[in-house]
Amino acid sequence: MGEVLVVTSGKGGVGKTTTTANIGTGLALAGKKVVLIDTDIGLRNLDVVMGLENRIVYDLVDVVEGSCRVKQALIKDKRYEGLFLLPAAQTRDKTAVKPEQMLKLCEELKDEFDLVLIDCPAGIEQGFKNAIAGANRAIVVTTPEVSAVRDADRIIGLLEANDLRNPKLLINRVRVDMVKRGDMMTIDDIIDILAIDLIGVVPDDEKIVVSTNKGEPAVTDSKSIAGQAYRNITKRILGEDVPILDLEADEGFLVKIKKMFGMKTT
Amino acid sequence: MILDLSKIFGKSKSSKDVAKERLQLVLIHDRANVSPQFLEMVKGEIIKVISNYMEIDESALDIQLTRTKNEEGDRVVPALIANIPIRNVKNSGK
Ligand SMILES: Nc1ncnc2c1ncn2[C@@H]1O[C@H](COP(=O)(O)OP(=O)(O)OP(=O)(O)O)[C@@H](O)[C@H]1O
Ligand SMILES: [Mg+2]
Repeated sequence: MGEVLVVTSGKGGVGKTTTTANIGTGLALAGKKVVLIDTDIGLRNLDVVMGLENRIVYDLVDVVEGSCRVKQALIKDKRYEGLFLLPAAQTRDKTAVKPEQMLKLCEELKDEFDLVLIDCPAGIEQGFKNAIAGANRAIVVTTPEVSAVRDADRIIGLLEANDLRNPKLLINRVRVDMVKRGDMMTIDDIIDILAIDLIGVVPDDEKIVVSTNKGEPAVTDSKSIAGQAYRNITKRILGEDVPILDLEADEGFLVKIKKMFGMKTT
Repeated sequence: MILDLSKIFGKSKSSKDVAKERLQLVLIHDRANVSPQFLEMVKGEIIKVISNYMEIDESALDIQLTRTKNEEGDRVVPALIANIPIRNVKNSGK
């Protein structure tokens, strides 16, 4: 029996879709059978981030309305064994799906897949309620900014109120240079404030944009630092104990990662 | 008068420390306001404790979360303010 993991944030644009695509691909590379569900109805994006936009026939709304069978709507990613996408509908809105329908769908997919990954839309309205309805684990994505952290706190409260205990924190778009000059909150500052466990830290990395341009998640790029961060997060999701890279150590993040890869540190 | 030496020497607080402080403050309010039961629970407990020592007007009891200056007057801190009208103080058997 599989698990249902929702990727959520409250604030928009902090990296939920990027995270879902990378973790999903990472899990498939680790040999898991994974399905990604885009619940951002009306603003679908996971399809383009995954590079699967040309293969959509049916979508999430078709499935819950019974216009097609679940199997028909799942797009199989031919590049990675065991990876599937259920795209959002683009011409409908969030009210086209109800939480009970999502719950039922998740229950069904759990029998078939090791992991069901849900990309949540921004906000705390219906789309959020749909996304968390069938979930039993949650990752809260934030960036090291006041507004994103504040919204993350709100989401953590809502998750707990909905019996999704122990959500894990993913801090995205960390910039070591800014942290060093005291212009960006540190990982410890953010954990201090939100008081939940950390699942990982992803640096701000141009490679994310490049990989999105191409529709190939950065987790598959051995040269991308963000890709490495997502590979570590994938391992942690699978229960492996991978140390979190220490941003505050003297030598800094980039140097450490370069050392890890055996690259020259200039 | 208290001189802020850090200002004179141009060593101001880093922006991330400002961010952290502001967040901590705003979240105390967010967290309390998000759960409407929160203040009611605090109120209930306060009534229970105070009633051991004095008779209070429960219906007029007012409790709120607000902001106030700290003792040094250099920072805003969250404060729980309770206005508890006392009807009578119990004679606690001296
Ligand atoms: N670590 C990173 N480094 C650089 N750019 C990033 C990083 N993470 C995300 N981005 C960029 O930030 C933008 C928003 O990311 P994404 O679409 O994943 O956010 P989202 O939370 O899903 O947004 P929405 O709330 O609109 O669904 C994208 O352009 C993405 O390429
Ligand atoms: Mg998104």
